[in-house]
Amino acid sequence: MIALLTRDLRLAVRAGGGFGLGLAFFLIVVVLVPFGVGPQSALLAKIASGILWLGSLLACLLSLDRIFALDWEDGSLDLLATAPVPLEAAVSIKALAHWLTTGLPLVVAAPVFGMLLNLPGPGYGPVVLSLLLGTPALSVIGTFGAALTVGIKRGGLLLSLLVLPLYVPTLIFGAEVARRGADQMDYSTPMLLLAGISCGAIALLPFASAAVLRVNLR
Amino acid sequence: MELTVTDLAVARGGVPVLEGVSFTVMAGEALVLRGPNGCGKTTLLRTVAGLQPALAGQIGLEREAMAYAGHSDGIKAVLSVRENLQFWADVFATGSIEPALEAFDLNGLKDRPAGSLSAGQKRRLGLARMVVTGRPVWVLDEPTVSLDVSAVEMFAGAVRTHLRGGGLALMATHIDLGLDEARVLDVRPFKAKAPALDDFDGAFL
Repeated sequence: MIALLTRDLRLAVRAGGGFGLGLAFFLIVVVLVPFGVGPQSALLAKIASGILWLGSLLACLLSLDRIFALDWEDGSLDLLATAPVPLEAAVSIKALAHWLTTGLPLVVAAPVFGMLLNLPGPGYGPVVLSLLLGTPALSVIGTFGAALTVGIKRGGLLLSLLVLPLYVPTLIFGAEVARRGADQMDYSTPMLLLAGISCGAIALLPFASAAVLRVNLR
Repeated sequence: MELTVTDLAVARGGVPVLEGVSFTVMAGEALVLRGPNGCGKTTLLRTVAGLQPALAGQIGLEREAMAYAGHSDGIKAVLSVRENLQFWADVFATGSIEPALEAFDLNGLKDRPAGSLSAGQKRRLGLARMVVTGRPVWVLDEPTVSLDVSAVEMFAGAVRTHLRGGGLALMATHIDLGLDEARVLDVRPFKAKAPALDDFDGAFL
C-alpha cells in the first residue's frame, strides 16, 4: 500500500503528472474574480471566502479524471485488481494521493490567495481550517466519481456532472465556516458538520468506489 | 497444486460466449488455449483470473493464486524499468527483482524510462512482472505479441523455470513455444449455444 502511494506521488510530480495544475488553476480563478467584480474591495472582502471555496472545489475537480483513467488505459488497473491489495485499500490510497497532490497544496496556498481577494484578517484561520477539513471529502467523493466513469472515453464532463452535485453539502458547510469566521461569528456548528461529512465520506465511500470499479473492470 | 475448472460458462457484455468449459492443469504443466479471434479466450482468462464473475461453474483455486497478464502491460512511461518492476514486487511483497530482470534480459535497460522502450522491450517488462508476483498460477493472454524470436525463447525459458518450480500456466497464444509440458485446448467446442439475455439489468451490473 505504501508502494502504491509512493508510486502515485512519484507519477504526479514527474513530467505530465499534473502536480501543481490544480494550484495554478486555483490561482487563475482567484486572479480573475477581482477583474470580474471590479474595483470594490469591500464587496471582494465579503465574497472572498466563498470564492476561495469555489475555486478550490473546481481545482480539485480538474484532476479527478486522472485518478483512474491513466491506470485504466495502460492496464495497471486490471493488474491492481488482481494484486493482493484489497481494492478498497487501493481506492483509499489513490484518494489519499489525490489529496496530497491537490487538496493539501490548496490548503497551504489558501492564505496567500486570500490576500489577493482582500480576505478580512480574522478570516484566514477559519478558511484554512475549513479547507483542511473539507478537501479530504472532495478527494474521496471525487474518487468515487472517477471510479464510476472509468472506462468511458473522455468521461471528464460526465464526471463533473456526477461529482459537482455530490460536492454541495461540503461546499455549503465549508463556505459557512469560512464566512462566519470572516464575520467573527461562532463557527463551531458548521465546522463539526463539515468534519462529519469528511469522516463519513472517508469511512463509507471507498467501499462504494471499489464496488463500482469491480463492475467497470468486467 | 492443481487448477480444476468445471463446467465454466463465461459472458462478455452480457452475452454468453463459452459454456461447459472443463479442464485440469496440474503443477508443472501449461495449458495453451486455442481458437479463432472473438471466441472468448480473453473472457475465459479474465474470469479465471477473478476479474469478472462466471455465469456458471467452478474455478478450483482462489484468485489469490493467480497472476494475470493481459493485452496491456500496465507500464508507467515516466518511471524507469527498475521502478516499474520494483512497484509490483512491493505490491506482491516478494522483494527482489533481480531474477526477473535476469530472465528477460532487462539489466541493460533498468535505468531507462519505460516510455522510451520499444514495443517488444515493454512486453518483456510486462512479462517480467509475472516473475516478481511469485504466484503459482500464471494466466497469460497473448504473451508473445510483439516479441521477436529470441525474446519468445526467453519467455519460454521463464515459463519453463516457473513450471519446474511447481507452478502452472494457462495461456492463450497462437505460436508454438516449444514447451514439452504444454497441452493444447481448443475452445471452439465450448462455444455458447443460445445467447439468451434473461437478465437485462445484468448487462449493466
